[in-house]
Amino acid sequence: MTGGTGMMDRLRHNPAALGIGLLLIGAALIAGAEAWLTPFERTVIGFAGINIILAVSLSFSNGLTGLFSLGHPAFMMLGGYTAAILTFPAMRKSTMLPGLPEFIATSELSLLPATLAGGVVAAVAALIAGFPVLRLRGHYLAVATLGLIVIVQVLINNMDSITRGAIGLAGLPRLSNLWWIYGWVAVTLFVTWQLKHASLGRALMSIRENELASASIGVRRARLKLFAFVLGAFFAGVAGALWAHLVTNLTPNSFGIVTAFMIVVMVVLGGSGSLIGAALAAIALSVISEAARPIERAIDAYGLVQIVTATLLIAVLLFRPQGLFGSGEPVTRRMTTPGKPPSKTSHEHRGGFPNETS
Amino acid sequence: MPDALLKVESINVWRGASQVLNDVSLSVGQGEIVALLGGNGAGKTSTLSTISGLLRPKSGSITFAGESGPVSLTSLRPENIVKLGIAHCPEGRQVFGGLSVMENLRMGAYLRHDDQIGADVEHYFELFPILRERADLKAGQLSGGEQMMLALTRALMSRPRLLMLDEPSLGLAPQVIDQIFDRIEEIRAQGTTVFLVEQNAAMALEVADRAYVIENGKITISGNASELAEDPSVREAYLGIETTQATGAEIPPMETSS
Repeated sequence: MTGGTGMMDRLRHNPAALGIGLLLIGAALIAGAEAWLTPFERTVIGFAGINIILAVSLSFSNGLTGLFSLGHPAFMMLGGYTAAILTFPAMRKSTMLPGLPEFIATSELSLLPATLAGGVVAAVAALIAGFPVLRLRGHYLAVATLGLIVIVQVLINNMDSITRGAIGLAGLPRLSNLWWIYGWVAVTLFVTWQLKHASLGRALMSIRENELASASIGVRRARLKLFAFVLGAFFAGVAGALWAHLVTNLTPNSFGIVTAFMIVVMVVLGGSGSLIGAALAAIALSVISEAARPIERAIDAYGLVQIVTATLLIAVLLFRPQGLFGSGEPVTRRMTTPGKPPSKTSHEHRGGFPNETS
Repeated sequence: MPDALLKVESINVWRGASQVLNDVSLSVGQGEIVALLGGNGAGKTSTLSTISGLLRPKSGSITFAGESGPVSLTSLRPENIVKLGIAHCPEGRQVFGGLSVMENLRMGAYLRHDDQIGADVEHYFELFPILRERADLKAGQLSGGEQMMLALTRALMSRPRLLMLDEPSLGLAPQVIDQIFDRIEEIRAQGTTVFLVEQNAAMALEVADRAYVIENGKITISGNASELAEDPSVREAYLGIETTQATGAEIPPMETSS
């Protein structure tokens, strides 16, 4: 017991060792999954990983800044289509996607550059959309970002010489595997975790907590909000790219308002702003939706997953509105407090203030 | 008056269709405590917001004696004004309720990149021991007085040369207000110039060197704090003391019943 907690303590003070340890354990699990699990089970685990990327990135951009964007599916779509077009077999491009420029039509990229390109396209789109959209707040922002989904769907539907319109892209190479997906999960968690716990993360949270005070200490709010939005969009684009190469087909309706709803539920369940919370909620919801599928089929009640998720959301909002972990993390690096006395003495004896009457 | 650190000259400020500041001029000297007094909606907060760059004047100038010569503030962004050494502690405390006390203090030093931040936190923990006690608590859990202390300290964490306080006494018990004003005097004694906006004129005039009275967006009275405290119109309007001059009648001493 004491040995165990001692080790935990040592790990807590050595985040690098903890990170490497987690990576090794994760790698061993993935190797095991790739070796022994059925393709179906691996696909389910893959979906869970993609959902982790989506939920963690949305928890970062929405949870920390207090923005309420529902635009993730739009960025998934942009990332997914960009990557899919880039990896599509060059032989078939000329007939199926005649509108592509020469250099894309003749090339055929591997997954990593295609995924990165997908993320970058999504990020650029977020940068352009963010300027006007992030001036809005609350419900207005939510509705405007829903508009983004519609805009992207309409664009893809109508640019059929490079997207095949409503028919969608089928027969994509199945390039996503658990290594790629969970590699990106690790990158997403690492980047968002580092940023959250840096001065930038505090600055983002200060915007959420109090815009006026945030401005008064010199936080460039517009710029930081845009940064969080763009970073979230990048990872959504990556997730879309991974999804496309896991499912092997992509249509303008692959991601929509239902997707947005599911990701938002994950973020709310985990606690808005909590990265680990979002990841755990993503895993839980992925498992629930797969587990419910045979039940749906057996009792012929399709839509059970949505009903269960919605009920879960209502329950959380009623009984634990801050979600699983609030905006904190189950394991945190405590900021050191110099010279803090170890015992909690009553503050009235230390020159504290009596409570106000007002 | 010592050399002016801040000079506001004839600013006119509009919020939408209504003019909130009308030809306002004032100055704050190096090392002074200057108070701006006025009722609700008189233009106190608008004056501070204009100085800190959150509002833009339509005309007029604001000059700050920066470390390398005078700087005009009217075209600067808020973060650059903070960088110059002006800290604005906004009305109503405005702490980051969901962040810990420690995180609030670190946020105050957001634009600083030196290695003295930890030392400054330690310094203010000495000045306000209660903040050390509460370091890991969420700021939203503090009492009103503690939040005011935190807001004050957070503003100081940017190492300002000019500290602007917007109604530090708002909603606090008299006993707590006394403590806050003691700290304000200490802050000045340590070399920070203070520009104080208050409705609580009695308290403000007690600590201030000079004061201005603002009404309907116009400066109506200015002078030394001690003179203003004796000014009949100030006494009546802001100190709640009826003066014989103002009423024109002798007030009989109150009967005190035991």
